[in-house]
Amino acid sequence: MSANLSAILYLVSGVLFILALRGLSSPETSRQGNLFGIIGMIIAISVTFLSVGNFSSGFIYVLIFLIFGGSIGAFIAYRIPMTAMPELVAGFHSLVGLAAVFVAISAFINPEAFNLGIPGNIKLASLIEMAIGAAVGAITFSGSVIAFLKLQGIMSGAPITFKGQHYLNALILISLVGLTYYLCSTQSSYLFWTLIAISFLIGFLIIIPIGGADMPVVISMLNSYSGWAAAGIGFTLENTALIITGALVGSSGAILSYIMCKGMNRSFFSVILGGFGGTEQSTNNQNKEQRPVKSGNADDAAFLMKNASSVIIVPGYGMAVAQAQHALREMVDTLKKNGIKVSYAIHPVAGRMPGHMNVLLAEANVPYDEVFELEEINNDFANADVAFVIGANDVTNPVAKTDPQSPIYGMPVLDVEKCKSVLFVKRSLSPGYAGIDNDLFYKENTLMLFADAKKMTEDITKNL
Amino acid sequence: MEIDPFIFRLSIFILSIFVGYYVVWSVTPSLHTPLMSVTNAISSVIIVGAIIASLSGDGERIFTSSSIYGFLAIILAAVNIFGGFLVTQRMLAMYKKKKKDK
Repeated sequence: MSANLSAILYLVSGVLFILALRGLSSPETSRQGNLFGIIGMIIAISVTFLSVGNFSSGFIYVLIFLIFGGSIGAFIAYRIPMTAMPELVAGFHSLVGLAAVFVAISAFINPEAFNLGIPGNIKLASLIEMAIGAAVGAITFSGSVIAFLKLQGIMSGAPITFKGQHYLNALILISLVGLTYYLCSTQSSYLFWTLIAISFLIGFLIIIPIGGADMPVVISMLNSYSGWAAAGIGFTLENTALIITGALVGSSGAILSYIMCKGMNRSFFSVILGGFGGTEQSTNNQNKEQRPVKSGNADDAAFLMKNASSVIIVPGYGMAVAQAQHALREMVDTLKKNGIKVSYAIHPVAGRMPGHMNVLLAEANVPYDEVFELEEINNDFANADVAFVIGANDVTNPVAKTDPQSPIYGMPVLDVEKCKSVLFVKRSLSPGYAGIDNDLFYKENTLMLFADAKKMTEDITKNL
Repeated sequence: MEIDPFIFRLSIFILSIFVGYYVVWSVTPSLHTPLMSVTNAISSVIIVGAIIASLSGDGERIFTSSSIYGFLAIILAAVNIFGGFLVTQRMLAMYKKKKKDK
């Protein structure tokens, strides 16, 4: 296949990837978008086979490994529970990162295969691109592994900080630049390996100080990194499909990180520098006397809701942990049968990744036109009778609007307290991930329901 | 003076960032999770590099020090491609509108 033809076909697959993202602008077109993505991928892979044109026995191995990896991926995709989506995405990011590192290593060892020169005398531009691709890929890999471990609960979600952390990170970043410079002038393979090793280290170091509540930002950020790594390799291979895709994914992740940061009213840098929830906690717990809390049972909750004419559900990460989405849908079905209007309010950072709650509700067969974003529904709380908060906490805290001293001051929150009554399902009065007390617990119109989210929801349904 | 082909690639890159910027802003927030899984799947197009790397061995030896890395990268990227697209498909199939009869 001629180089020009394959370049055009790579461009076609890049355009198909753009259409795949474009399809996600509404749920109706999204399935078609995914199909475009798949076609784009098939084109890219076939063109690569045809342009290499080497159908020797190596080709059989390529197919074998492709099918091997593919079946693992397909198996995971069918078996994974929707609640584990954040872990899955973090895990997948790490694979892209590592694949980028491997391709860069291969190109460094055998540059002739990629028309980049000969070992020891690789074209300068290619070497820089290769180094960037490998470094960003390695950072994506180790960062995603840490994010995965934290989300999976294997590693504590608490931020790990130590003295001089930022200086150490800055030092390492500077040394990366220095290493790249020396790598270009000496072409030494030792330097190349050191560069990769240090990049693994920095990925690890930048993610460990970031706490559980900031996970949505971290996942989006790693999404972005995996894109830039792909773009770096795309420049090395002079491949348009990779460059376009890398740029798309890179900007997509960056936008999601921005949206998540805005949802928490935090600057990107303060998230990256980490340590949220670790230090504020101690200062906040000092001058706290026992305040009275009203608590109730499923019967009380059922009574309140039965007499309501409109109910707004506020789901959060706790719902995912308790796997309560199906029980919740059943409760809502019963409410609807009684002629009660029900809608769902979703905060941008509810859950552990962007859009996490929407997927869970969709899984439980909740129609997506009953689910609303913060800005769409926030004014409705004042007119609603009951707000049912299930597994959310910090995103409902009125302190964010009233107390300038609070670490979450200024964060957009759902105006849950404006409802006539608030039902708050929670296991205990313990603070949420931001490590601060929720004023909502002590409001007059709040009824705390201390129980497991799933069990409580089922009990309410029985009592309705 | 002729323009370096690198400049063309850089132009594609920069313009794609802008395309990505506008396309992603138009994605509805309720589909942000599928957006992440699909971007994850398409970024595995890095497999084209892995294929070139793995077929780089000379006629006699398939497994050279450089092609082994290619094969490893193929496995990783393939997990991602199949896993990413299928899980996205699975998620998107769940998004349904309200039934008319209600």
